[in-house]
Amino acid sequence: MSRTDVGTGVADHAPTPKAPARRPARPRPPLSREVVETRILGVLKWITIACFVIATLFPFYYMVELAVRSIEDVALDPGALWPPRGASLAAFGEVLRSVDDGGQGFLVFLRNSGFIALTSVVVTLVVSILGAYAISRLQFFGRRQVHFLFLAVYLFPAILLAIPLFVFFTRIGLRGSLFGLILVYTSQIVPVTIHMLRNYFDTVPESLEEAAALDGASRLTIIRKVALPLAKPAIMATSLFVFMIAWNEFLFALLFLVENRENWTVSLGLSQLAGSVEVAKTTLMAGSVILTIPIIVLFFATERLLVEGLTSGAEKG
Amino acid sequence: MREGPVAGAEQGPEDRAKAGPGVDAGGGPKGGPGGKGGPPRRRGPTLAQQEARAGLALLSPTLIVVVTMVVLPILWTIVIAFQDLRLRNLRTRLFDFEFTLKNFDTVLTSPGFLEGLKVTLIYSIVGTVLSIALGLVAALVVRKPFKGRTLVRASMLLPYVAPVVAVTFVWQIMLNPELGIINAIGVDLLGWKESIPFLEQRTGTLSIFGFDLGVPTALIVVILYQAWRYFPFSFLFILARLQALPGELDEAARVDGASPLQRFWRITLPQLQGVIALLTVLRFIWTFNEFDDIFLLTQGGAGTEVVSVRVFRYLTGRGDLGAAAALSLVLALALALFLYLYFRFFVGRVKEADAI
Repeated sequence: MSRTDVGTGVADHAPTPKAPARRPARPRPPLSREVVETRILGVLKWITIACFVIATLFPFYYMVELAVRSIEDVALDPGALWPPRGASLAAFGEVLRSVDDGGQGFLVFLRNSGFIALTSVVVTLVVSILGAYAISRLQFFGRRQVHFLFLAVYLFPAILLAIPLFVFFTRIGLRGSLFGLILVYTSQIVPVTIHMLRNYFDTVPESLEEAAALDGASRLTIIRKVALPLAKPAIMATSLFVFMIAWNEFLFALLFLVENRENWTVSLGLSQLAGSVEVAKTTLMAGSVILTIPIIVLFFATERLLVEGLTSGAEKG
Repeated sequence: MREGPVAGAEQGPEDRAKAGPGVDAGGGPKGGPGGKGGPPRRRGPTLAQQEARAGLALLSPTLIVVVTMVVLPILWTIVIAFQDLRLRNLRTRLFDFEFTLKNFDTVLTSPGFLEGLKVTLIYSIVGTVLSIALGLVAALVVRKPFKGRTLVRASMLLPYVAPVVAVTFVWQIMLNPELGIINAIGVDLLGWKESIPFLEQRTGTLSIFGFDLGVPTALIVVILYQAWRYFPFSFLFILARLQALPGELDEAARVDGASPLQRFWRITLPQLQGVIALLTVLRFIWTFNEFDDIFLLTQGGAGTEVVSVRVFRYLTGRGDLGAAAALSLVLALALALFLYLYFRFFVGRVKEADAI
């Protein structure tokens, strides 16, 4: 991506310095359509960028602002853009403390969310690396069809899938367990991660693996020692993708875990408490900051990697 | 499960190394068993068979997970839709295969079904168009490099990556009549007579030039939210496509005297047609099936009850599994129908136009 940036940058910036240089030679250039449009669009562009940045960032700023204000303060002055009477981190303490200590128990929710998301990452990676390698490298009957079957799954609404899974896990008594949920997440994400990883494997030349095979390495050794190290960037991007999906997921967490507060994820806890009148909205705002921060940190740390992983192949339209 | 085939797979390369040059040089994996004049037939499987086995072995965990957790459940939903199954008779009635059409009767004749379908359709169409339009504009303005572009691009992706529960909660509070900043600004600065309960109001009146127009407040807000949250997806894909466009066409048009707007309409936009068509289909499918956002924002109240929220109500509120399954099938079928119409009439026409 960076290479393209530089390329277009040079090409597009070239005419700009020319304009002022030309001015002394020709005192009043006629206002051609080109000039008028370029100027207007130039101004509009910056206004648009400003609008977009404000619209996308403001809700997150507002989230933090409310989290550090007291609820009485917000009720008195809901329009304040800056905490007028000093900020306090009290809400974070309250939301994290366990219920016995008068808090909301988000620490437990954080532990659950972290466990579910990380386990989902590991399980999904193992399953989809093997699958993606097979689809990318090996000739076997039906490999194309399998690929389309996986993607066709995404046409069905999640709520349709939720019904039989709800029935099934209720019947076998696994509803309410974190493991059932991890299985569901894995099955939902695997089609996409296989797609992402396969795209990457397709770009890695096979010759290295063939050399290893000639040296007598077994198939699993080849995957572990040759293919995986080469696919590291794609695997990183895929892990992040899975983590974000599993951390943010709501519907299945609601259906599976709602009855047992000990097992709630952060998303579920926040949504359940948001409707109650006993918990102050500012306390919950601290909860939503806690829910959002891991994702934002991960995202900013790895934005480029993730974006390239997701849109690889999209350039060709 | 995996042992047999994997052991076979591990033999593979050795065999290939030994037999490679002699047996089927150039034939590769497609060489069948017992070629003419080849060496005497071996006991073991051929290379092609080995590779097929290895492929299936490596794919088997995926297949098992996807088939048991996705494919079978989808088929099972069809069965449940024809059963009289409720949460409380789950133990006794689960394998009672007495099929009935009662669920479809319940679901299709229930009050508000058609209204729900209409709301779903409006939400999907307007939401899809708005989110793609915003994504296109966003991609165009950050197309050329400038200082801080990476940061701007990353912040534009935030609504999409942030947890849905957190962002819907913030929107709820922002729009809250007592605590929210939008109403505070409206009443203090814009001179609204009273604060507006954006997410609870089914119909509001909008006064323009003395005319009072009835507007579906909550539905509009939910659609705006959807555009805000999902434009980054379109933005990402359109931007990737924009940056891969060859510059020559644009340059040639510039030399020929085409103005920037003309170049956008005549040169850039046609080249984005493919990615926009793809995004339209994807966004429409996902918005049509959307559950989380609306459920979290309004719980389906105030005229925003889309079909998936109704399915959820049947499932948890009434514990009527049969009706929930039936309605979710209706939802999937409706989506299939709309997609068919889209491809039949819209995409077909574009292709014909291209041919002419």
